[in-house]
Amino acid sequence: MSSIPEQVASLVVEAISGIERANTLGELKAREADFLGKTSTIASLQASLRDLPAGDRKDAGRAIGEARSDMERAVETRRVALAAVERRRLLDAERLDLSEVTNPPRIGHVHPIRQISEWLEDVFVGLGYTVEEGPEIESDWYNFEALNMPDGHPARSMWDTLYLDVGEPETVVLRTHTSPVQIRTMLTQEPPIYMVAPGKTFRRDTADATHLPMFHQIEGLVIDRGITFADLAGTIELFVKAMFGEDRTTRLRPSFFPFTEPSAEFDISTPDGGWLELGGCGMVHPNVLRAGGIDPEEYSGFAFGFGIDRLAKERFELSDIRELVTNDIRFLEQF
Amino acid sequence: MLVLHSWLSEFAPGLAHHDPEVIGDAMSALGLCCEEVTRYGGQLDGIVVARVLELAPHPDADRIQLVQVDAGDGQPLQICCGAFNMAVGDLVPLATLGTTMPSGMEIARRKLRGEYSNGMLCSGSELELASDDSGIMILDAASVPGTSLSEALEIEPDALFDLDLTPNRPDALSVIGVARDLAAHFGTAFMLPSFELPTSGDPAESLATVDVQDGELCGRFTALVLSDITVGESPDWLATRLTRCGMRPINSIVDISNYVMLEFGQPSHTFDIDKVTDSTLRIRRANQGEMITTLDGAERALIPTDGVIADGNDDVIGIAGVMGGASTEISATTTRVLLEAAWWQPTSIGATSKRLGLRSEASSRFEKGVDPNIASAACARFAQLAIATGATLHPGEIVFADGSIPDRTPITVRPTRVNALLGSDISIEQMASYLDPIGFTAIAHGPDLLVELPSWRPDSTGEIDVVEEIARHHGYERLGKTVPSSGGRLGALTEIQRDRRTAAATLRALGVSEAKPMPFLAPGDLERFGIRTDAVSVTNPLVTEESVLRTSTLPGLVLSLARNAARRSTGVWLFEMGHCFAQGPGAETHEEWDELGIALAGVDATRAVAFATAVVASLGRPEVRVTSAEIAGLHPTRAATLTSGGMLIGEVGEVDPIVTEALGIAERVGWVRLDLDALFDIPKAVVTAAPISRFPPSDLDLALVLNEAVSAHVLVDALSSAHPLVTDATLFDVYRSEALGADVRSLTCSIRLQSADRTMTDEDLTEARASLLSVAAALGAELRS
Repeated sequence: MSSIPEQVASLVVEAISGIERANTLGELKAREADFLGKTSTIASLQASLRDLPAGDRKDAGRAIGEARSDMERAVETRRVALAAVERRRLLDAERLDLSEVTNPPRIGHVHPIRQISEWLEDVFVGLGYTVEEGPEIESDWYNFEALNMPDGHPARSMWDTLYLDVGEPETVVLRTHTSPVQIRTMLTQEPPIYMVAPGKTFRRDTADATHLPMFHQIEGLVIDRGITFADLAGTIELFVKAMFGEDRTTRLRPSFFPFTEPSAEFDISTPDGGWLELGGCGMVHPNVLRAGGIDPEEYSGFAFGFGIDRLAKERFELSDIRELVTNDIRFLEQF
Repeated sequence: MLVLHSWLSEFAPGLAHHDPEVIGDAMSALGLCCEEVTRYGGQLDGIVVARVLELAPHPDADRIQLVQVDAGDGQPLQICCGAFNMAVGDLVPLATLGTTMPSGMEIARRKLRGEYSNGMLCSGSELELASDDSGIMILDAASVPGTSLSEALEIEPDALFDLDLTPNRPDALSVIGVARDLAAHFGTAFMLPSFELPTSGDPAESLATVDVQDGELCGRFTALVLSDITVGESPDWLATRLTRCGMRPINSIVDISNYVMLEFGQPSHTFDIDKVTDSTLRIRRANQGEMITTLDGAERALIPTDGVIADGNDDVIGIAGVMGGASTEISATTTRVLLEAAWWQPTSIGATSKRLGLRSEASSRFEKGVDPNIASAACARFAQLAIATGATLHPGEIVFADGSIPDRTPITVRPTRVNALLGSDISIEQMASYLDPIGFTAIAHGPDLLVELPSWRPDSTGEIDVVEEIARHHGYERLGKTVPSSGGRLGALTEIQRDRRTAAATLRALGVSEAKPMPFLAPGDLERFGIRTDAVSVTNPLVTEESVLRTSTLPGLVLSLARNAARRSTGVWLFEMGHCFAQGPGAETHEEWDELGIALAGVDATRAVAFATAVVASLGRPEVRVTSAEIAGLHPTRAATLTSGGMLIGEVGEVDPIVTEALGIAERVGWVRLDLDALFDIPKAVVTAAPISRFPPSDLDLALVLNEAVSAHVLVDALSSAHPLVTDATLFDVYRSEALGADVRSLTCSIRLQSADRTMTDEDLTEARASLLSVAAALGAELRS
């Protein structure tokens, strides 16, 4: 009978070969039990140590210990390898084609008017302005009279007004412009005032490709000491460049609005060398400042206004602005 | 307003040297917005006079004939022509090869059914010289073949400016007004003609009487008498100018009146003096119910605010400033006329013309404000033109000059103020040089300017108006571009404005798209939708379908879904944030509020609640609670009110199926309406971060059978607060079956137990479970067996 170290050496060779041939984690577990378990050869050799003479016991014990470590290492190495294979097999089994998306989560779409409106608000907030609001049903006083258009003023005919069955006939209107918010702001805030007021406005008009009886405007109002017409021109140029790009420029042409003087229309340059009429503006008329409780000798100001629908039409190349209120989902989904 | 270059140049000869495009730009720079420049005469290049030498049928076409013409070189030139109105020897206009016609067509050598055509013979309409398109234009026999047509017809090149005028510039409704502004702009002379007219016969004063009884209505009144009138056709030059300026020639007298109105801005009226009783004109207000038949043949009833002209019998023969009467109208037999030009009170004319729905060229000018000092010159101009047609002017003017006209007291203008407002550095002399040529004559007055207000600029009454005149004539483009310094201001959205954006962003993330329906509804719509009907209405709607203002966002959104359904888009989810309106509690009041509506096609009421919950949660308001209720317009058994923090904030449910079916929507429509004003009034929940427990939680599910009469959220709320260890309780599943019974359902709730400060013991869990079952039992719920 060979010595224990000799037996151990051949056992290790046999065991490592057996372990490496295990092809599944189950097989490996069985081999582990065979070679390292309670009934394994190495276990019985270990048990036989106590029968050895004391002088041999130490060498035999060391040989058994090393063999055990070698086998355990082999098991562990094989386990890692087999576990990787096994995981891979499981992962392969759950392979997905990531283009098979069904029932995707929905995302809603923000109306183009809101997009433009919020964009304008953000530009002016960045310039230090606040955003003011007002009612859509207005009194004749806010919509006309306080804006330097007393009853019977010929300029009232510039607006095709929708009157409402509230109060005395023709005293309550759907606001024809966002300008009443100027007066409301002046009456509730002390100068300096730097504000914009976006909102719905109404006119007695038949809906067609370029007109709607309901549309959207944004109004701007600045009142401070020493505000000039040049400040107006410069502010308009600044926001147009912010909105349309640095290469755009603006020009002001004399015009008429009862609530501003001097008044102007403002145009922006187009890439093809032409001009696009965008809105109206001017220095706040002294009578309007007075109606707002502000002394025109102490303060001056400018105001401007333009159509948001019109801007949306230009920006998104809308062929028919009625799409803005028809709410066809195929239209809305484009934004 | 249409105005001709040649006409302007009569008053400002320097303008003749400026290109029409340059003048058009100058007009726009002055605030007389020039929308279009049309040129005349220039487009006759290539058109020559030709003589017809021979006419022969086309061998192969019935509707074309072969015309041999002499185009000036004596050689026959063959033209194929579709007209047959000319004869051999006639002179006709020929468009030679290479000519571009006014229509844009290019003339080239062409073969028509085998025969060459070396040009085109033209009709008056093809050359845009006349409206006649019945045949080739036959020219005056004195023309010489080969000469250019413009030379043969003595056509002077001209240009027509189409001005879009603002209501503050009534002066620009006349040739002289536009010419005055342009002359100042170009620094060229402007002159009004002076008239020295031959007169004969009895003085006007002896032939007619003018009696102005209302000097408020009639500020100025000027009249002339003319005899030997022949009512015929106007000379070509005058008819052409009128036509180009958009007025149809009628007869020599009416045409002169229109011509003078375009030129001086002063409307005038001619009476057949022999038809005016006692040759007397009486200017007064109408009596209630007085009748007149106006020139257009309509019979009109008058009211005491209308201004009228009556005759010696006190019968009304004209509506002041609006329209004359038929009884004294000029006719072919008229030989003597009384011409009147007046200044009428603008608001009175405006009121009458609006009331009668009669807006004439005259009334719109009077309404905007005619120069009260121009009548005499306008009448003289009329007489001058009438004399040229053989009329005789009687000596003397009948003038009333005692009525009220606008105050034109000179005003003080502070040059420092002008520069402060414009951000400019314009000298006082420069200012005066801008103002003088346009009648705002300025003289130095200490450091200031004393400025006259011209009678033709009724819009100008104060210093600020003069600032604008200085800016206009200085040039807006020469004023600077600066930005006011922000002075440390912070711009920001308000909390409500940020909340609205948050709500929109939440809905977008939930897959809902934003709609913007118009707020107008048709009468009966509110009833049809079963919602509140105390609406505000438009009193002057253009179409009745748009006469009622919505009392909810529901109709607009549901109608939008219906439109989508009709176009086969189903499952559409829309929201809108917008104002709604209703009559107020008092007779003269109204309500207006801000509302969020969400309409969800294919979504049932309980899913709709989830949308409301998400929106309110994203706005930081207390969790939404629903209370079943019957709500107008909604499914009667699938609707609830919404509260947050105990405040009513809206409603949720499904749109009444009767409504959706009637609109052809096949799906259920989930509905949420939030009253944003109420919602934003609720304080946001104050966030103080609670410590996160480090100890292990324990989860349990309880299937509880609960009577249908008790809302699920009542049970969930009770479970949530059943025991201190409960950190979360959510509804997880709902199950109904016959085995359970008809009036009950099983609600499975997931409950998480966790302690903030220790690991829970078995006793803890048992105790908590007992508490949960006990609160459930208190609601009549038992564990499902």
